[in-house]
Amino acid sequence: MTSLSNPASGPAAAPVKDVHAKVYGDLDHLQAPPVKVDVPAETQLRWLRDMLLIREFEIRCMQAYQEKKIGGFCHVYIGQEAVAVGCTQAVRHEDPIVTAYRDHGHALARGMAAKHCMAEMFGRIGGCAKGKGGSMHMFDKANNLYGGHGIVGAQTPLGAGLAFACKYMDEVIDGKKNSRVALCFLGDGALNQGAFHEALNLAGLFDIPVIYVVENNGYSMGTAIARGTTMAHSLVTKAAGYGIDGYVVDGMDVLEVQAEMKRIADKCRETSRPAFVDMRTYRFKGHSMSDPRKYRTKEEEEVFEADDPIGKLERHLKASGALSEDAFKAMLKSVRDEVRDAVAWSDASPAPGMDELFTDVFVERWGPYTGSTQPEMNGGTPNLPGTLTIDTKEELL
Amino acid sequence: MTALREIEFRDALREAMSEEMRRDKRVFLLGEEVAQYNGAYKVSRGMLEEFGERRIIDTPISESGFAGLAIGAAMMGLKPIVEFMSWSFSLVAADPILNNAPKMLYMSGGQFGCPVVFRGNDGAGGQLGSTHSWCVEGLYSNVPGVKIAIPSNPYDAKGLLKSAIRGDDPVFFLESERMLGNKGHVPEEEYVIPFGQAKVLREGTDCTVASWGRPVHFCMEAAEELAKHGISCEVIDLRTVRPLDIGTVVRSVKKTSTCVVVDQSWSFGSPGSELASQVHRHCFDDLDNYVHRVHTADVPTPYATNLEQEYLPNTRKIVEAIRSATYNL
Repeated sequence: MTSLSNPASGPAAAPVKDVHAKVYGDLDHLQAPPVKVDVPAETQLRWLRDMLLIREFEIRCMQAYQEKKIGGFCHVYIGQEAVAVGCTQAVRHEDPIVTAYRDHGHALARGMAAKHCMAEMFGRIGGCAKGKGGSMHMFDKANNLYGGHGIVGAQTPLGAGLAFACKYMDEVIDGKKNSRVALCFLGDGALNQGAFHEALNLAGLFDIPVIYVVENNGYSMGTAIARGTTMAHSLVTKAAGYGIDGYVVDGMDVLEVQAEMKRIADKCRETSRPAFVDMRTYRFKGHSMSDPRKYRTKEEEEVFEADDPIGKLERHLKASGALSEDAFKAMLKSVRDEVRDAVAWSDASPAPGMDELFTDVFVERWGPYTGSTQPEMNGGTPNLPGTLTIDTKEELL
Repeated sequence: MTALREIEFRDALREAMSEEMRRDKRVFLLGEEVAQYNGAYKVSRGMLEEFGERRIIDTPISESGFAGLAIGAAMMGLKPIVEFMSWSFSLVAADPILNNAPKMLYMSGGQFGCPVVFRGNDGAGGQLGSTHSWCVEGLYSNVPGVKIAIPSNPYDAKGLLKSAIRGDDPVFFLESERMLGNKGHVPEEEYVIPFGQAKVLREGTDCTVASWGRPVHFCMEAAEELAKHGISCEVIDLRTVRPLDIGTVVRSVKKTSTCVVVDQSWSFGSPGSELASQVHRHCFDDLDNYVHRVHTADVPTPYATNLEQEYLPNTRKIVEAIRSATYNL
């Protein structure tokens, strides 16, 4: 196992353990022995920048929400950056991923330009879904991101379907072995939805190469995990019930996340067996913009803030001499510039035209429905019905 | 001249699926008992043998799971056919079939379509009781983003199902357990039937009778009965309720000036109420009477044979409605 030591001058070790035990129910991931880090410094620097981009992007989202540029629900990813970055860096770009509503981090980690992600939240035509999806529905076909899903647990059968399709294409259509795997992210709250259990049963039954990554931040909205989930101290037992291998990973350490997920994904690719990961993480902010966080203590938050995945990697790289203070400041400035540009670009992007109300309901054109086109970021090309499509028409008088 | 080939409704469905699976490897079938058992209602009989277990897939009783799985696979470019043993069971898959399939293209801004066909038995099967007798079109036709076909005969079932499978959008395909054994002419040669095109089954001058699915047969019986009394009915089979071929109905009503809508779902907020509303709007100056509607009774489905018979639209109720609409009481 690869992991970073935590040189933070934070609370003493014993209280940290107590707080972790209180949130997750056990100490598994703290007991994991650290192993030598073997990732090139330039790669670590890239991951640091990827995490910083998410952090700064989310800070600007919170501001934009206060300014009412972003409407509806908005769930920020601050604190969990190591999970999206580490996981996406552990698999191939062609491996499909799908996630829940706290999805900005996954979109950015997968390669979506910050401006398309921000413009989507601003409800602008330049958004990844032309402003028709919103914060909870980030989709990116070119980067194999299959959403952004708003109903808790809804994405878990979809994740099985993505991986099923990868396998089906290998076995039935292509006749070659691409051996893709799918990553399906979910929050710990989704563990209590029926869809999750049906998905795990199907994945286990059909040997579907999907990896369920539970971003266990200890709370489903304001409900502590043990108040809503049985066996909260050992979530892997749920996977075991479906014959699926389970792993516990420290989601606050991007090096450990990447190394462990790479190992898990390689095995999944090779065996076509699903996997389940209890990814221990923590969201530093509330569930959404309107959450005063009265269900947890300031002391608890401080313990986890001291374990910040960004600060931890930053300190590690500085200690190893790979990152100077000036270089870090330059990195931070470039990230902030990128996010500021994304905001400016989104401000300038027009609202969707009224004709967009009736596009993308169906690929085929009929009645009031005027067909479908890809968003601007994919070139805006029309989605044409298949070669053997049917001439449907609804006669309106 | 050789006799026209007649096959059962279930055979027509199987032919449609098998033909499409032969021409497109992206198409596969999954559902409860579709493979080894040969289909709970023998619709998929023999398909496992021809296509193998990778393409004819038995699922556990897990509608939410396998409906969602099919949607994920469709987003990746495959073309799944999901068999619900009964559409009544689709209610536990409401989130994937209503919240994912119809909305994926829209909320992804045109990036991900969802070409899935969900099909299975809809409507009262015969003393199945309250929970197994759903006519889901009453609920599901409210949702934009899906097409809904409700064929009444083997010929339409085959042609419409082939259209459904070839299309790029999600389709709910509603069959009837009570009709799976019905025989009808289905030619050997290939054909497809476009969605959104009603068929005039019987021409008439006094009353337009519009329906879809199983009650179409009761409408034809009623028309036959009333013809003996000099009342001439024009019977229209809509075949799909989304798209809804309102034009064919309106042209007919402009001729007959009266209209009866027969719908086997509940009356409140139903395809029948929608059709009646549209007829009122488009034929306001042509109608001699308000549009009469025959639905199932507004109660849960009863078990007892006599109660179930009275609960469903039947020939007697349709005759009464036509007589009332045409002032021939």
